[in-house]
Amino acid sequence: MDNNYELKNIDKSEFRTVGKNAEKMESITRPNLTYWADAWRRIKKNKVAFISLMVIIVYIIMAIFAPMLSKYDYTAVDSSKMNQFISSEHWFGTDELGRDLWVRVWRGARVSLTIGFVATVMNTIVGGLIGGISGYYGGALDTFIMRVIDVMYGIPSLIVQILVMVVLKPGVKALIIAMCITGWIGSARFVRGEVYRLKEQDFVDAAKVLGVSNFTIIVKHLIPNIMGLIITNVTMAVPGAIFSEAFLSYIGLGIAPPECSWGVLTKTGVKMLRVYPYQLFIPAFFICTTMLALNLLGDGLRDALDPKLRGTE
Amino acid sequence: MGKYIIKRLGISLATILVLVTVVFILVRLMPGDPFSSEKMTPEIKANLEKYYGFDKPLIEQYFTYIKNLIKGDLGYSMKYKNQSVNTIIADSFPFSVDLGIRALVFGISFGLVFGIIAALNRGKKLDFICIVIAIIGTSVPDFIMGALLQYFFGIHWGLLPVAQYQGFKYTILPSIAVGFYTLAQVSRLMRASMLEVVQQDYIKTAKSKGISSFRVTYKHQIRNAIMPVVTVLGPTVAAVLTGTFVIESMYAIPGMGKFYVQSVQNYDYSMVLGMTVFYGTFLVLANMVVDILYGFIDPRIRIAGK
Amino acid sequence: MDKILEVNNLKFSFKTYGGIVQSVRGVSFDVNKGEIVGIVGESGCGKSVTAQCLVRLNPEPPGFFEEGSIKYKGKEITEMSEKELRTIRGVEIGFIFQDPMTSLNPTMKVGKQIEEIFIQRKLYNKSELKEKALEILKLVGISDGERRYNQYPHELSGGMKQRIMIAIALVGQPSVVIADEPTTSLDVTIEAQILDLLKDLQNKTKTSIILITHDLGVIAKMCDRVLVMYGGKIVESGNVDDIFYSTRHPYTSGLLGSIASLETKRGVELSPIEGTPPDLFSPPPGCPFAPRCQYAMEICYNKMPPEYEISKEHKTVCWLEHEYAPDIKLPCKIRKKSEVS
Repeated sequence: MDNNYELKNIDKSEFRTVGKNAEKMESITRPNLTYWADAWRRIKKNKVAFISLMVIIVYIIMAIFAPMLSKYDYTAVDSSKMNQFISSEHWFGTDELGRDLWVRVWRGARVSLTIGFVATVMNTIVGGLIGGISGYYGGALDTFIMRVIDVMYGIPSLIVQILVMVVLKPGVKALIIAMCITGWIGSARFVRGEVYRLKEQDFVDAAKVLGVSNFTIIVKHLIPNIMGLIITNVTMAVPGAIFSEAFLSYIGLGIAPPECSWGVLTKTGVKMLRVYPYQLFIPAFFICTTMLALNLLGDGLRDALDPKLRGTE
Repeated sequence: MGKYIIKRLGISLATILVLVTVVFILVRLMPGDPFSSEKMTPEIKANLEKYYGFDKPLIEQYFTYIKNLIKGDLGYSMKYKNQSVNTIIADSFPFSVDLGIRALVFGISFGLVFGIIAALNRGKKLDFICIVIAIIGTSVPDFIMGALLQYFFGIHWGLLPVAQYQGFKYTILPSIAVGFYTLAQVSRLMRASMLEVVQQDYIKTAKSKGISSFRVTYKHQIRNAIMPVVTVLGPTVAAVLTGTFVIESMYAIPGMGKFYVQSVQNYDYSMVLGMTVFYGTFLVLANMVVDILYGFIDPRIRIAGK
Repeated sequence: MDKILEVNNLKFSFKTYGGIVQSVRGVSFDVNKGEIVGIVGESGCGKSVTAQCLVRLNPEPPGFFEEGSIKYKGKEITEMSEKELRTIRGVEIGFIFQDPMTSLNPTMKVGKQIEEIFIQRKLYNKSELKEKALEILKLVGISDGERRYNQYPHELSGGMKQRIMIAIALVGQPSVVIADEPTTSLDVTIEAQILDLLKDLQNKTKTSIILITHDLGVIAKMCDRVLVMYGGKIVESGNVDDIFYSTRHPYTSGLLGSIASLETKRGVELSPIEGTPPDLFSPPPGCPFAPRCQYAMEICYNKMPPEYEISKEHKTVCWLEHEYAPDIKLPCKIRKKSEVS
């Protein structure tokens, strides 16, 4: 920096007083985005999460359309075509009863994905309501509900699910019920914690001081703040539901034939592992990639929706 | 600290009580009359009737049930004639515990190591590898992992045995299968915890003392990062235990899990009941032990501050 | 005067996602033996980053030295290796951090945290270490040192925790102690105690202190010399009387004018400085204070003013000192230093 040169060439006119500059006083050079716009921007940047989202969407589309478009029915038994490997006729091969595996995989996708999403969403709604009310109103009600939740949290969910499935007739509805019975606890705990924490924050007091009603506070202030976290949690809980279905079906308690799910396919696949490994690898591949995609998407969502990371990459 | 222990104990006991009550109710709801099954011989019927008191009013049945449980009597199997659930558990549980402990040791030790390595090498290749391993672990269900391990290491490459439990070599594959999820979870958590701790002010204080970065990492970062990881050990034990169910069947290990799954598939109701109560109680107690242990490790709980 | 620390044209920045943040933009000052130098400024002016540069505590990356030198007793800090830095940290230059609640390891006993300074230097054996720790505990005013030695941070009050921080900073007998807002997180009464303790210790040990704060009251009470920072630069420096009674920079004057004191008459309006500090992503070419300065001239927005010597110790960086500038007499609301402390 050539200070001397600059000093010599100063003109007296530059010393005209201009005073403060209201605009430059408080300039913020970063564009201001809303919470959701900022979150979307961050998700788009996260290639991994984005690809995962695409994968899930593809699976869902295939689950809906592939069985419809195929000429084979998922229950169609054909003893002349047992245990055939992948071919142009049967894109995923056939199983021990000659059934086309391509159709069965996508039929199974329907069942497994439906159970996974429906059970998780229902859990979250039920648990969220209970947790939210408990957290918001506090007091004796909150203490009571929290005690109940603490006690029930300790009961191992898989065991309860097993028992419930022994009692109920196997099937999609039964599985969803079993998962709801055990799953609402986690959501209730989580939502209650968040609501309680938010309730203590100053912006709620500020709203109350301004005379905003309880209902409006819940809807306009608390829920938007929690939505992000709830979406993330749902995304990360679905793999657990898919796993539970697979596990229960594997031990024979979940979905019963002639219906099929990824869990059922895994069961028969393991039986055939020594001789026809493809019958396990294919459904296993789909289970794993679905759970993987959901986990990665959940991670990405959590990073994107975390308000503390707003305005950063 | 004492208050903390009592609270934990109280909740655990309440949980066990709720659990056994739920089991009691569910048994009464099970389809079909267990007595009409062909497996029913007069002796078994007599045993069961004595144990459950099916002809007495419900409340009395409940108290008989609780009384039996406190005595430690879990009932009789309907399939294995005249064998009490207690004997079957006593014979098979040790195998499951052995497998479970190996899986936990594997999962926790490797998980911690991977988590620490990943955090210290953030953004570099090692971090990436550890993250990938962790993601695989949480996305691949344990029974699929077990099947894959069996196929590749046992059948295809013939490196390790895949059935029974007669020596250290036999325990390798099933322990990995059961413990992999734990490894993934622990490493993920440890990594996140390490990264969070490193941002804390006391790390700067430690650095300002002019001590080596190894000491900063070990005595300050790891010591504090491990805390949150310990809190998930309770549910981890549960995951490991339920993991044994299927892996034991797959690898022909005579553990309790195998019997449990079998009795479910055989509709051996009384076995299912007795074992469920046993498992449930065991898990609740394990959780409680872990919670109390955490209280000892974290000085903030051990010595209640002012 | 012995020069312990010589800082010359220090420029330090951080590489972030959004660009490069220039936190320190050309800072020069000296610290002599036995004196207390205060650095005062708003949040974000670069004072903490400057302080941490002196012992290379800023994370590098993403931080990096753009230019400049820091000489401690003649040795160049910016070029030292980690190993060499470890011989300086703790025993030559000590550091007191701002928030005692979070600056102590919650899982380590307090006594051990003090001894840690010596542990890897193999200077003392176990019982000597404990002796030293108990000694320093007594020095910082903690009675019952034997019991406190075995306690964990959460068992101590805020004031006591800060005393432990001071103990950690002093136990190595450093020549310089950097205190980064040591009392900001504390209650006013505890603050007074801690400041008294620091002054007392300084008298006894003749350690130089660099005291960073945003509170002019603390400056008035403690410091021999003052550096006023704004927007990553030092805008005025001098001994404490110069700064309080012969203020030459509009920002310093603004700071003094915005304080209330016991002597402020009723009904007199406080005059806070309107506006917020500049965005260090794209710092302005001219004086960083111009947008908020009522005396700002055109040249102030376009060119950075040079440093003007008012007296041997008193310097200011402001175009008002130029011969072409109009004669401004800055309002002097402070008559006695004691009004603010």
